[in-house]
Amino acid sequence: MRLDFSQLTPYIPFILEGIIVTLKFVSVSILIGLVLGTLLSLCKISKNVFLKALANAYTSIFRGTPLILQLMIIYYAVPQLTNYDIPIYLSAILSFGLNSAAYVSEIIRAGIMAVDKGQVEAAEALGVPYWKMMKDIILPQAVKNILPALMNEFITLTKESAVVSTIGYLDLMRRAQVVGAALYRNFEPLIFVGIIYWVMVTILTKLGSMVERRLRTSDQG
Amino acid sequence: MIKVENISKMFGKNTVLKNISTTIQSGEVVAVIGPSGSGKSTFLRCLNLLEKPTSGKIYIKDQEITNPKTDIMEIRKKIGMVFQQFNLFPHMTVLDNVTYAPRKVNQLSKEKAEEIGKHLLSKVGLSDKIDSYPNQLSGGQKQRVAIARALAMEPEIMLFDEPTSALDPEMVKEVLDVMKDLAKTGMTMVIVTHEMNFAKEVADRIFFIDDGVILEDADPREFFTEPKTERAKDFLSKIL
Repeated sequence: MRLDFSQLTPYIPFILEGIIVTLKFVSVSILIGLVLGTLLSLCKISKNVFLKALANAYTSIFRGTPLILQLMIIYYAVPQLTNYDIPIYLSAILSFGLNSAAYVSEIIRAGIMAVDKGQVEAAEALGVPYWKMMKDIILPQAVKNILPALMNEFITLTKESAVVSTIGYLDLMRRAQVVGAALYRNFEPLIFVGIIYWVMVTILTKLGSMVERRLRTSDQG
Repeated sequence: MIKVENISKMFGKNTVLKNISTTIQSGEVVAVIGPSGSGKSTFLRCLNLLEKPTSGKIYIKDQEITNPKTDIMEIRKKIGMVFQQFNLFPHMTVLDNVTYAPRKVNQLSKEKAEEIGKHLLSKVGLSDKIDSYPNQLSGGQKQRVAIARALAMEPEIMLFDEPTSALDPEMVKEVLDVMKDLAKTGMTMVIVTHEMNFAKEVADRIFFIDDGVILEDADPREFFTEPKTERAKDFLSKIL
């Protein structure tokens, strides 16, 4: 069988639209993950035993089960339990956001822990209150440890976003399947979106190393 | 100024301080010396509660800081601390390092804080470095910034935790000179140090700590010429 990409031409706008759809839900998921992940990381480093246990349990559950399972549970279980017919988009951003939060919280926690303990002691000795110390002294230094790992998490999330095609969300991946079914040829559309994913991830990776380089040159440490 | 009553400190099963009691008067300069691992740094760090004593009481100006109800942050504003590893804030300029706490903790205006900061930095001989970042400074310069940072809060007590131990030999003097000047102003100082000549010259009292107890509390001349305990004699014979 020979490859024939010409048949794909009428479907190209339909597939390209998938880029917007994918980006729209990936970026919102990242945002949810970032906000919730930051809160969770603060719980993890707090002295409050209850908050700590809660955040650790959360991380354990969301990292310890498959993402596709979490997606299915949210999409199928919510309507069954609450009679609320949850839209596909909402289940997608919820499951990806909640899942990402678990990873982000670990990244931020590790980044904060990596800041020299002497910094905390210096701030405490000066009588700097906890939140000001976090905001002005610890977090600005932790960002350097956090950002590169966070970029990695975003890249992973972008790639893994293809999983939402399983609940019928019309993202890039799903569109490749739809086109494949229409043409009775799967290989070409799959290759086509494969290239699109690769380009998106490469752009993100480049962005990541740019950020990293900026951080290194501004490193006054 | 500082009263310590029967403090002990355990790290797990390891007893680092054993029932230490002492009093330090206002304006006194105390040099704390002794072998490594004897508990001298732990003792110093208890005085501003960076380490919490396992038992015992500490009073700063008649206020019991070991009482959980005491607002330790309030007390710490009055106790400056200088660390072996400087612990400057690497992402802030020298001037910002010095003015941060006065501005954010004492709520001084930027102008007022910078006025104080510049004055202190000129006193430690670093007027030309105010816009530098810590990693652009030598060890001795960093430590002088750290001293200025602590002084910017206008403390009544200054704690020094081996302030010259991380420095190259040729930089020790510039830091000790700043500390000498400070001692002359009547500042209450507690200094953990290995610089015996400095201790002899500047301190009013020597605490010789060994194995978690203050083995000798003596006048420097007395201590360095006629130490009372065998342990101190042995220690001095090894380092002098």
